[in-house]
Amino acid sequence: MSMVEVKGLTKKFGNFTALDHVDLTIEEGEIYGFIGPNGAGKSTTIRIMLGMLKPTEGEVKIFGKDAWKDAVEIHKRVAYVPGDVNLWPNLTGGEVIDLLLKMRGRVDARKRDELLERFDLDPTKKCRTYSKGNRQKVALVAAFASDADLYILDEPTSGLDPLMERIFQECVREVRDAGKSVFLSSHILSEVEKLCEKVAIIRQGRIIDSGTLADLRHLTRNHMTVETKEPVHGLENLKGVHHLVMENLRISFQVDTEEMDGVIRHLSQFGIQKLECTPPTLEDLFLRHYEGSERSASGIGEE
Amino acid sequence: MTMKGQLAKGTFKITKLILRQDRFKIIVWLAGILFTTLATALAYPPLYKTDEDVQAIALTLQNPAMVAMLGPGYPPEDYNTAVIFGHEMLLFTVVAVAVMNILMVGKTMRQDEDEGRIELVRSLPVGRLAYLNAAALEVFLVNGLLALLTGFGLGALDISGMDWESSFLYGCVFGAFGLAFASVTALFAQLMETTRAATMFSFAFLIVAYIIRAAGDVSNEMVSMISPLGWAVRTEVFYSNDWRPVIFALVFAAAAGVLAFYLNNIRDMGTGFLPERKGRSRASRFLQTLPGFVVRLERTQIVSWGIGVFLLGASYGSIVNDLETYLQELDYLQDFLNADSGNSLLEQFLGLVLAILSLIGSVPTVIVLFKLKSEEQKNRMEPFYSRPVSRYRMMAAFFGTAVGVSVLMQAMAALGLWSALYATMEEPLAAVDLFRSAFVYLPALWALAGAAVLIIGFFPKAANLLWLYLVYCFFVLYLKDLLDLPEWLTRLSVFEHIPDTLKENIDWLSLTVLTAIAAVAAAAGDRLQAEGSGRLNIFRCAGSAGHRKGAGTICAGWEKGKLPGPYGFRAVSPFSYMKSLLDASQFTHGAGG
Repeated sequence: MSMVEVKGLTKKFGNFTALDHVDLTIEEGEIYGFIGPNGAGKSTTIRIMLGMLKPTEGEVKIFGKDAWKDAVEIHKRVAYVPGDVNLWPNLTGGEVIDLLLKMRGRVDARKRDELLERFDLDPTKKCRTYSKGNRQKVALVAAFASDADLYILDEPTSGLDPLMERIFQECVREVRDAGKSVFLSSHILSEVEKLCEKVAIIRQGRIIDSGTLADLRHLTRNHMTVETKEPVHGLENLKGVHHLVMENLRISFQVDTEEMDGVIRHLSQFGIQKLECTPPTLEDLFLRHYEGSERSASGIGEE
Repeated sequence: MTMKGQLAKGTFKITKLILRQDRFKIIVWLAGILFTTLATALAYPPLYKTDEDVQAIALTLQNPAMVAMLGPGYPPEDYNTAVIFGHEMLLFTVVAVAVMNILMVGKTMRQDEDEGRIELVRSLPVGRLAYLNAAALEVFLVNGLLALLTGFGLGALDISGMDWESSFLYGCVFGAFGLAFASVTALFAQLMETTRAATMFSFAFLIVAYIIRAAGDVSNEMVSMISPLGWAVRTEVFYSNDWRPVIFALVFAAAAGVLAFYLNNIRDMGTGFLPERKGRSRASRFLQTLPGFVVRLERTQIVSWGIGVFLLGASYGSIVNDLETYLQELDYLQDFLNADSGNSLLEQFLGLVLAILSLIGSVPTVIVLFKLKSEEQKNRMEPFYSRPVSRYRMMAAFFGTAVGVSVLMQAMAALGLWSALYATMEEPLAAVDLFRSAFVYLPALWALAGAAVLIIGFFPKAANLLWLYLVYCFFVLYLKDLLDLPEWLTRLSVFEHIPDTLKENIDWLSLTVLTAIAAVAAAAGDRLQAEGSGRLNIFRCAGSAGHRKGAGTICAGWEKGKLPGPYGFRAVSPFSYMKSLLDASQFTHGAGG
């Protein structure tokens, strides 16, 4: 059974369609990345999954239960970190953590203290004195210290420093290794790339691409830089080669993943001295989708 | 498990959380309302010792201006201290209770949602309606407690005319109408998209209810019955003790509350049923100037204080006519005052009213300047200081605004007074005289503004000392005659250096000296503010936590309410003034004769 199953989810706010037939499936022990620009519908999707907004159309099941109707049952096994954490100004961080843990069930003091130490958070300060990063740490500690089966994290690292981001990534991997699922919404692509096996890209309320990172990469181009003994010629005529730049013996270009074999064979005739091949970053994926829709929107075809 | 049972799950835990959050505010509000009620109830019997006293005030309370302000009166012969207390205090205290409820419900039912705290709680295994339930429970608890404590308190005072039934009715009016306004706010919290809009509409509802009642009470009782406040005064507490309006209010509260719950349940989180009005996409030319920006920041504050000062002026002005008639009857007093100063009592009274209004006008003048301090503490001035705007220029813009506000407040005070005099008197004072007497106080206000700049620049941590000083000025104004304070003590108040132009000539020297003090203090404060940013920040860090609390206790009344609240009014109420005037003169008269 899938942990999360979203089928044909549509959400309208008046005339505005925030989500348009969104489909998602998250399996057990999976870290699922959810990426998209601001206002694409990431937080709306999450709020529907948490039963805070009612879907206009479609089905959202978590642990096989309806996200709206069985919200309370589902929430017993879900931990959530919102993107913009606001806490109760006159409670201390430690008090808030206990309070949130207590409402879910028992408090595992050992785990809580361990996490406080790892995130380097002073729990004795009032929440009104915390910076954005520290408020986020409070929510993260409360989430990871709870014994949940699904972790829903909405841009959880936007206020953290790089060191804390690493701790966060460790925590995510630990819960994954324990067989839990993580749904990570983000626009920090490097983070998603480091953590997630599967991703879905959302834009203007539609999922424009989804699958494993390997699948997605397959569809795009690698960036290559090559130095040869003799000047290369004939490369521009090969299928799948783009953005070719030649500087004497040093050339750089992009190549479609499926045409890689032919290109390497052609290059080897000229005596390869140095070869660098960078797989596409998520950013490239993202930008390609973005460019693609921009162009089709403005009516300029690419090929 | 059925869905029904789950909707409310976790209510008690959340109630505890909310109560813990609000406990300080709740205690302060309850204690404030209770103390004011009980203290005034105790103060009335000695205030109206003789039947003559009672009759005099009973007649005054029949005056349409009084009816508009306090609600309809009863036949003058039926008055006793309890009836006077009920008539004078009930409506204003109900308004205070309504304000408490609006602020409380606005926070729990909208602000916690706006700021994402409800989102965090709702991701936990708690029911969809749990937070709303908890908020409702808190409201019930607070209003119920207020009703009970007021009832017990008044009953226990054992004042003649205040039996247990009427005491409890008095308390229940608070509780029931508190709930009614809480429900209205809960409803607006569903309709509006932001806390600000929800509370603003709730306050607008309160104000409209008050105005409809005022208009109805003066002209047509049926009109009054549209307004919940019109029902409240028709309980006729301590007179006929009618419980029906209380039941009315409870039914009204229940209906509005149920509707609010229903709307909340079908509403998406973070939305409202009425869309938020769109703002401008470009900054106006006015906003793009530095003074324009400052005025815009303070706009609501300035406008509400302006209206408040106007209304206060008008309410003082509206009793002047009655006061004159009343005082003319007391021959011995007339003789005494005429012989002593050669001025009519009316002019003396107006002079004092202007002094009071000027003191009140100085509060927004100082608030405008203190805004700079709080803006800096919230790091909102950094975008300016990181651009070619010096702290010196920023302070100058705030000071300029404060000077403008002081002029506006004095004008509004004089205008309010004059329009009421014009409406009620056959031969009102010339507007020119009133305005001149009001504007003559400006140097005192400027001196205070200068002091505010100096204190922000030199020692922002101690800024609240200025409020303490203002309290002292109030104290001097009220009690200097009664307590026969030595002159050096009264001279510490800047307001004592302002000539009362209704009876004396303008003393240009005092005014010039005060203005000069204002200018020097402002300039010095400006410099310090501009130079000492590093040092100030240290002070701020060290002092910020404690100092916010201090501000809260000293001037909570002024900051919270924006308009002079009912207690502010009470403290400077014409009755208490008149009474103190009489007491003082009787005392002196007795001693002299």
